[in-house]
Amino acid sequence: MDAPAYEPKIIGFLCNWCSYRGADTAGMARMKYPPNVKIIRVPCSGRISPELVLRSFREGADGVMVLGCHIGDCHYSTGNHRTAKRMPILKNLLEYAGIEPERLYINWVSAAEGEKFSVVIKEFTETIRALPPFVEVMK
Amino acid sequence: MSEEIKVGVYICHCGSNIAGTVDVADVAQWASKLPNVVVSRDYKFMCSSPGQEMIEKDIHAMGINRVVVASCSPHLHEATFRGACSRAGVNPYLFEMANIREQDSWVTSDKTEATKKAKALVAAAVGRVAHQQPLESLFVPIDPNVLVVGGGIAGIQAALEVADSGHHVFLVEREPSLGGHMAQFDKTFPTLDCSACILTPKMFSVGNHKNITMMTWSEVDKVEGYIGNFTVTIRKRARYIDEPLCTGCGVCQEKCPKKVIDNVFEAGLGYRKAVYTPFPQAVPNTPVIDRENCTYFQKGTCRACEKFCPTGAIKFDQQDELITIKVGNIILATGYDLFDARKVGQYGYGRLANVFTNMEFERLTNAAGPTGGKVFLRDGVTVPKTVGIIHCVGSRDTNYHNYCSAICCMQSLKFAHLAMEKTGAEVYNFYIDMRTPAKSYDEFYQKVLREGTHFIRGRVAEVTDCARQPSEEGKLIIQVEDTLIGRQRRIPVDMVVLSAGLQPRADAKEVAIKFGISCSADQWLIEKHPKLDPVATMTDGVFIAGACQGPKDIPSSVAQGAAAAARVLSLIGQGEVEIEAATAIVDEVTCVGCKQCIACCPYTAIEYLADKGKAHVIEALCKGCGTCVGACLPKSISLKHFTDEQLVAEMIGAMQTMKYLEATEVA
Repeated sequence: MDAPAYEPKIIGFLCNWCSYRGADTAGMARMKYPPNVKIIRVPCSGRISPELVLRSFREGADGVMVLGCHIGDCHYSTGNHRTAKRMPILKNLLEYAGIEPERLYINWVSAAEGEKFSVVIKEFTETIRALPPFVEVMK
Repeated sequence: MSEEIKVGVYICHCGSNIAGTVDVADVAQWASKLPNVVVSRDYKFMCSSPGQEMIEKDIHAMGINRVVVASCSPHLHEATFRGACSRAGVNPYLFEMANIREQDSWVTSDKTEATKKAKALVAAAVGRVAHQQPLESLFVPIDPNVLVVGGGIAGIQAALEVADSGHHVFLVEREPSLGGHMAQFDKTFPTLDCSACILTPKMFSVGNHKNITMMTWSEVDKVEGYIGNFTVTIRKRARYIDEPLCTGCGVCQEKCPKKVIDNVFEAGLGYRKAVYTPFPQAVPNTPVIDRENCTYFQKGTCRACEKFCPTGAIKFDQQDELITIKVGNIILATGYDLFDARKVGQYGYGRLANVFTNMEFERLTNAAGPTGGKVFLRDGVTVPKTVGIIHCVGSRDTNYHNYCSAICCMQSLKFAHLAMEKTGAEVYNFYIDMRTPAKSYDEFYQKVLREGTHFIRGRVAEVTDCARQPSEEGKLIIQVEDTLIGRQRRIPVDMVVLSAGLQPRADAKEVAIKFGISCSADQWLIEKHPKLDPVATMTDGVFIAGACQGPKDIPSSVAQGAAAAARVLSLIGQGEVEIEAATAIVDEVTCVGCKQCIACCPYTAIEYLADKGKAHVIEALCKGCGTCVGACLPKSISLKHFTDEQLVAEMIGAMQTMKYLEATEVA
């Protein structure tokens, strides 16, 4: 018998203007992707404080995605510059705390990039599936 | 707020869009058991009047004070349902939407999985809504003045529509004259009416309109503020001419000894002086002195223009001026650039003398152009006996631009007609597909066919001057696969015209950033909705019109200019506008005055109160991005409607549902 089926639970924090609309674009084009990611809409990826990511892990999320506008395309002009600086630091901290840094995923998806969005979701879901459930790590 | 929280949940079928994949009844049943939920229903179309009335009735009858609708994307119907809540007396910020269409039913193949995802998303929204707080929208008056950027046909149309309604327009144009690309054309398709005859009266109206302040040779330097209240700084470049004194007599241009190749208006085919107006019908007809080429500026002597100017209007010491204006709305009509045909090396432009670009050919055929409307080869005397016109240069080509430039087929057909009419030459058009979709366009194609132009279907491989046979000597040979007969052909011609495509302005990205809007991957400015909101942008109060949004012909550009004006006028008519209520707020008790938030705010909306040692958010400037929240270590700053509490509740709602469903499945 194979290992018991495991469906990763993923929280995605998406900025309202680019990535959330990119997800809508994927929907409008009926691009199929795994249902594991539950999206939470924030105005800007700059709003995603480290606490939101850490709280998600504490609730048992196996992975967390942070998607924002491409650099230079931010609706708030430079909000995502902060994301680009903060998230890599947070990744380092995760590693320091013994959590696989790949559980936190950062990327830029524009409103037009429905295709990229669906690919990113597929890839990240598979990356997380290859890791043990986060609850196991917590033990 | 001791009021008991009562949530109403509404699951939309959206016909079969959602109900076809998600078991909506099951989701509604599941939602009814979630905390605080007092009613949970599913309905065919929540956005319809009966759907909205259902919410309103429940609010009145059951005292619901929080509403969750699970349907499409909030970008589509959040405003609709917020309106329903408002009408029934529930603050619109006590509404939350779960996106179970774009982000669930349309992207999930498995029905069970889609239903599970819908449950998680609904639970997340129900969790969040309980923590939401009523917010009062701020209303600010709309400044009725309007800024139009770009004086091409789209900008002209927009400016005239707004100005005619009695509101003031500031029209900013980068070149010395209004007119844009249209002023360079001779004939316009498909009617072949003279471009200048239909454009110049409009330019004249703009120039003389009491409600239009025209600023040519000027650019927007800085934009601050928000819808209704923009403060715009315009750089009025020094013309070195005193505008009120200048009568436009043209003596300076006559006397100026310095001839310069005109690479802009004449596409490099003609000359202008160092002091010049781009064309005789220029509006305004005040010239500018081109500093880089003026003998006085370069060598310190000459001043011929000054000597002969009858009104003493030449002012060599003039400086750039920064003018600050206040406007309520902005229309961008910044147009396009032509694709640089040099990039397609195999077509030989710049290397083979008698290969011309579309703009060069426009100028050759123009009665006011460098040849007086006569079509000559590069030597300026020989009339071509055969002309080859190549479509799709730089367009529909994965090496350059993937998109179709929309106007080139019609433009090339016009060239075919004009070349034949003016020279009697044999004309060959090389096309990939003939695209003539607008009114009277295909009729024009039929006409050109009847006139005897040869049409060869195939992408041209190469233009060369290497003859293989005596008949090709001294000619340009167009090598092409004629895909209709499946054979390689070599067509010798005297003149080649390249229909170079349209591309975004080189500084489109910069402009987008300046005005706070976005560009698509290929750099065209992005509209709010490609079908239903073609001239608005994601930034309220900033509209786009014409070819800055994508390749467009003159009728479409004019239509968009008028459409953008109509949108602006409807806003001005409302008199005031609701601005973002979800702004950041500082808790002065815990703020330590570290100024981290001030450093990261993109809008300088946070000030430091030195007397208190605290940060303070200026609400009217805050756009609600929340970047400050992520920076605040003592958690003193929060973003209304996107508080940690609300977002965490949303996350927990989703997580707990996923965990619960997983557990029940295993069991």
